Amino acid sequence: MSDKRKIKIHVEDLTLIFGKRKQEALKLLQQGVSKEEILKKTKCTVGVNKANLEIREGEIFVIMGLSGSGKSTLIRCLNRLNEPTAGKVYFDSHDITRETNKELLETRRTKMSMVFQKFGLLPHHTILENASFGLEIRGEEKEQREARAKRALGTVGLKGYESQYPAELSGGMQQRVGLARALANDPEVLLMDEAFSALDPLIKSDMQDELLQIQNKLHKTIVFITHDLDEAIKIGDRIAIMKDGVVEQIGTAEDILTNPASDYVEAFVEKVDRKTIITAETLMFEKFTFAEINKEGPKSIIRKMRTVGMDVLPVEDEDKKFLGYVRLQEILKLEKEKETSIKKVLKTDVPSVYKTYTVEDMLPLITETRYPLAVVDEENGKLLGIVSQTSLIIEATRFEMEEVIELKEKANEI
Amino acid sequence: MEKLIDIGKYIEIGINALEENFSGLWRAIDNIISWTVDSINDIFLVIPFYVIIILVTVGAYYAKAGKKSFKKEGIKDGASLALFVVLGLILVWAMGYWEEAVQTTTLVIVSTFIALIFGIPLGIWAARSNTANAVIRPILDLMQTMPAFVYLIPAIFFFSVGNTPGVIATVIFSLPPAVRLTSLGIRNVPSDVIEAGYAFGATEKQILFKIQLPLAKTTILAGINQVILLALSMVVIASMVGAKGLGSIVYQGIQQNNIAKGFEAGLGIVVLAIILDRITQSIGKK
Repeated sequence: MSDKRKIKIHVEDLTLIFGKRKQEALKLLQQGVSKEEILKKTKCTVGVNKANLEIREGEIFVIMGLSGSGKSTLIRCLNRLNEPTAGKVYFDSHDITRETNKELLETRRTKMSMVFQKFGLLPHHTILENASFGLEIRGEEKEQREARAKRALGTVGLKGYESQYPAELSGGMQQRVGLARALANDPEVLLMDEAFSALDPLIKSDMQDELLQIQNKLHKTIVFITHDLDEAIKIGDRIAIMKDGVVEQIGTAEDILTNPASDYVEAFVEKVDRKTIITAETLMFEKFTFAEINKEGPKSIIRKMRTVGMDVLPVEDEDKKFLGYVRLQEILKLEKEKETSIKKVLKTDVPSVYKTYTVEDMLPLITETRYPLAVVDEENGKLLGIVSQTSLIIEATRFEMEEVIELKEKANEI
Repeated sequence: MEKLIDIGKYIEIGINALEENFSGLWRAIDNIISWTVDSINDIFLVIPFYVIIILVTVGAYYAKAGKKSFKKEGIKDGASLALFVVLGLILVWAMGYWEEAVQTTTLVIVSTFIALIFGIPLGIWAARSNTANAVIRPILDLMQTMPAFVYLIPAIFFFSVGNTPGVIATVIFSLPPAVRLTSLGIRNVPSDVIEAGYAFGATEKQILFKIQLPLAKTTILAGINQVILLALSMVVIASMVGAKGLGSIVYQGIQQNNIAKGFEAGLGIVVLAIILDRITQSIGKK
């Protein structure tokens, strides 16, 4: 679904080199010389190395990495607070890197607003004046800009604080002012550079929730920088992981957790609580064997079970709608009784889940049942796949396959 | 020992050339400064002394107490300064040096004004360009360490004796803190605020006037305070080239070995210094 959204910002082979001998360093970089070598030879630091990103309209795109990974440098290339050495940044297919100074000012004033880690508020101005700063810069009339700033302050929950000064507010509230200042400009894109990193953990979490709420209303395109993977997973629709100026991987939180593209990403995601992120869609087995209720009798089902070596099969109707499970024991009984329909032994009171269910959601379900979990389509009830209990337990406990099987056997013996 | 390099001679040749080739300019500067100093003096002296004392006292009180002037806390804040101003100025008048005190004040005002006209823009320039800073700093060092008597000589040469060479020497001596503190104030503005300014599309001019100067205000005002005090400390030296005022009384006291005269005029300078210092400091704190 998200893939159909328009691409808002397209970053193409973006490279940024710090230092005096940029062109020389760029040439070396293109020849494949390493960062360290370039630093030694030219005293230039490679901040961003051939980054490619496509940021879609209305998504929260998180760029994550440790300090020095080039993420803050990269976001500053989007509004050219840092001047890219090579590569392109397309905003609505219009190349920002080739804008004249005047066009650039216009872009910064109307299309992109930024929120900073250290807030960047003016200490000698009131909250209202701070929130209307962007509008003042672009020359709006006092009345109009204060009305808009007031509305933005209301959006971030700072009504009533208009005439106070930044120093009188807590860090979280100051950052709300920073956010209000950015929102007052009504930009198409919000650039948030470690916006919540300076805040206390609890306040940080509040601010994340609030940002998500605001995003639900406003649907801005947000580029969010963080070094905190939990934050990235919580708010990011998609995440790009950066290391040493290189974009290592781009994908949804789940993509990154299930298929880390490199050892670095893997090391990064190891500590994350996967239970809340991994969904049924990732775990489900799609090429499962099933029985069709009106077509198949006990005989053919027994044969099917024997070929795949399973004693439970999901049952569908002709529209592929999930109905329930049948067990080998009962089917064998049916066969003895010469029954042709399996309807008698169909177990229908079994839990089924949707693709978006997480491991955490699914774990309680398997304690009540001995059947695998059926993943069904939310709209038409079609069976999409099967999540086995073993794979769920593996996900939840991070035990190896053998250990889980062993544990299960032990449990059965008891 | 015989001189190997004769820098003095080259400076002299240079000064001579300047004097001859731009004599019109020097005369014009002389006329403007003399006329300004004389006019301000005349205005101050036309106004009765008690009116000035009342105005200065009220001004000092307001500068100190600010918006609370008409409240109790304001009276607590500003009363002691107001009292000092009244008593100090009455003392100066009673000692018989009112006219000289006015002349000195005028000299300080005019020199400070000129020093700020040059000093603040130079400070802004030095803050925003490292090259400018590298050029300006050694010149400031030279201006501050070169004994004031040394640049009195060419000052007389260009402008002959009178108030003008006094003002020029005072400007040279008091200019450096204006430049230095303006530059310091602007450089100390947190970079994240500046960056926020650029991110919202501020032009260089907007960055300067909406962010840098307002945030550097306190430091710049401290610089102005320094300029005023340095200017006041130059009045005796300035009187050696003919500037009028309390400085010239002190100078007479030295020449005539007149302890009474010297002390009284010196006391007058101290009173002026304290008043000017407290008033400008109060403005800076607001």
